[in-house]
Amino acid sequence: MSRGTLYDKVWERHKVADLPNGQDQLFIGLHLVHEVTSPQAFGMLRERDMAVAFPDRTVATTDHIVPTTSEGRDRPLADERAEEMLTHLEQNTEEAGIRFFGLDDDRQGIAHVVGPELGFVQPGMTVVCGDSHTSTHGAFGAIGMGIGTSQIRDVFATGSISADKKAVRRVEVTGELGDGVGAKDVILHVIRELGVDGGVGHVYEYGGEAIRSLDMEGRLAVCNMSIEGGARAGYINPDETTYEYLKGREFAPEGEEFEERKQYWESIRSDEDAQYDDWVEVDADDLAPQVSWGTNPEQVVGVDEPVPAPDETRDPEAAESAQDHTEVTPGETMEGHEVDVAFLGTCTNGRVADFREAARVLKGREVADDVRALAVPGSGTVKRKLEAEGIDQVFKDAGFQWREAGCSMCLAMNDDALEGDEVCASSSNRNYVGRQGSTEGRTHLMSPAMVAAAAVEGAVTDVREFDVAEEVGEPVDDRGADAEVSE
Amino acid sequence: MSDDAAGHAGDDAPEDDGAAVPAIRRVAGTGVPLRGDDIDTDQILPARFLKAVTFDDMGEYAFYDQRRDADGELNEHPFNEYQGANVLAVNDNFGCGSSREHAPQGLMRWGVEAIVGESFAEIFQDNCKSLGIATLAVDHGDAVDLQDFIEANPDAGIEVDVREETVRYDGKTVEGDVPDAMREALLEGIWDTTAVMRTNLDRAKEVNDSLPYTDD
Repeated sequence: MSRGTLYDKVWERHKVADLPNGQDQLFIGLHLVHEVTSPQAFGMLRERDMAVAFPDRTVATTDHIVPTTSEGRDRPLADERAEEMLTHLEQNTEEAGIRFFGLDDDRQGIAHVVGPELGFVQPGMTVVCGDSHTSTHGAFGAIGMGIGTSQIRDVFATGSISADKKAVRRVEVTGELGDGVGAKDVILHVIRELGVDGGVGHVYEYGGEAIRSLDMEGRLAVCNMSIEGGARAGYINPDETTYEYLKGREFAPEGEEFEERKQYWESIRSDEDAQYDDWVEVDADDLAPQVSWGTNPEQVVGVDEPVPAPDETRDPEAAESAQDHTEVTPGETMEGHEVDVAFLGTCTNGRVADFREAARVLKGREVADDVRALAVPGSGTVKRKLEAEGIDQVFKDAGFQWREAGCSMCLAMNDDALEGDEVCASSSNRNYVGRQGSTEGRTHLMSPAMVAAAAVEGAVTDVREFDVAEEVGEPVDDRGADAEVSE
Repeated sequence: MSDDAAGHAGDDAPEDDGAAVPAIRRVAGTGVPLRGDDIDTDQILPARFLKAVTFDDMGEYAFYDQRRDADGELNEHPFNEYQGANVLAVNDNFGCGSSREHAPQGLMRWGVEAIVGESFAEIFQDNCKSLGIATLAVDHGDAVDLQDFIEANPDAGIEVDVREETVRYDGKTVEGDVPDAMREALLEGIWDTTAVMRTNLDRAKEVNDSLPYTDD
């Protein structure tokens, strides 16, 4: 049993009661709500004649179904079912008194982008959302967990979930990241090493030199994909990087209150002598940019490394059927594998730093002929900031479509989808068959910089071979006078 | 199907007090085998069918894309072949990926009442618990044996015993694991946790008030 870890401390602070099923009733400090998994829960609540118990601990936005073209966002939405979902969320949040960032709010966007950037998510919180990528928020040293709709009902009705504590695995990522290698490469590498089901029964505490060196947006990308490794949650102990990021955010504490809160944030860090259930070391020194070759997020290889033969993998049968689907050849590298679509965005890589990273590659270059390239900021805040810095122009000049905020092609619940057997260089988190909207479509996961390079070349490319611009755009900080530019 | 194996979830329901859900001691019926590791919830319930404000129609959409050939005609997918079955036999890391409860809702509304497999993704398993679907984890060989048996004997009775944490078929008993909380919840009829947690609402409010970050 773990002892003295952030996970143990946060859990104890939030425990409400022992439940008769042997689980703990855990208080939820922040409940993020979106349109797809909540209407049924509001319905169940109504059937039981119950009200939302802690509306002020609840924040809603719309992300999965929203169109990403500005004209597509005129109401009513062209897709009647999408319009119905959005209308339900508007009515439900209004009735319950829940803060809602809708299409008419320029801060609207993906729940896992909006929550952190507006300062709602803070260290030492418990955070849930009806979305598996709630693990994202562990980047702050919060315990973020994805839940299902019946559990959303529970949180509405009681401010709590019924849950049992997991084992804590320390994932120590050693080494220094080279140029062109970042957070996305680290997490793809970790999942490749530990497996898509390696984290089942565990939460991951990420640490080590390579993790400490990441900025907050990189840390968000790492924790975001914890669930792809089977871990319900993944977190990083808060430090000065975390506090600097929070300073000046709209809903973060200010001034003296900030300093007071910081004492709590420091107190919940894992102790020096904390006890873990498991400890693994992953070396990221000399790590190459990572690319997925298959149809799950552990089927990954360095861009300059040969794709393994099925019998060299943990699951040869799965590898064979994956390679059949993606038409990759064992023994060859992913470099040169042609792509039809480049997709930048999502809750993994739809933040300001991600677009800056891609823009450095794109500056002065053009997207290859026949490549459809989408840039979809994770939120209206991200979009406006990039526009203020002039980074949008880099994308437009290169031939990217510059879109409105949403989940977009990641799961293709709007009009953005792969068509037929298109091959996509994607900054998203899942490459399962059919994930991006076409059952024949092929998704290759990679970092934003690698997506940009693939867009330019029309094929998977080692971004380290590109001369990238040192700086793009003029950094602008819109967080207020107290904040420093630290992204 | 033998008479003693025929049965259904909820046959040990306690007196209904209005709010209680039925206790589930065992699920008996016939099986549907579904082979493959890492079958994710996008495959179980494709994203485009999530555009609905209720779960009512989800049964029709379970494995929708895999149940049809290129012309849209129903193919030989197990969910087409084993209609009426209620025990799903799967392999490793079943239900990984998206948290969507639509996936277990779809399976349940198609008819699944229990799932026997090598392992399950956690959010999926939690969702199953919320819906009163029993999941039993068994060894790799046992999962494959069960799938082989169902394919050879599609009408044979299969019984998942939640209390004993076993699956019984073909005169034999295979040991497995039902997570403690799920087992307790199903046996006691407390798998719907809203009511019991609601009784602790005052205590939840105390916790809320005690947290350093709740005074914003």
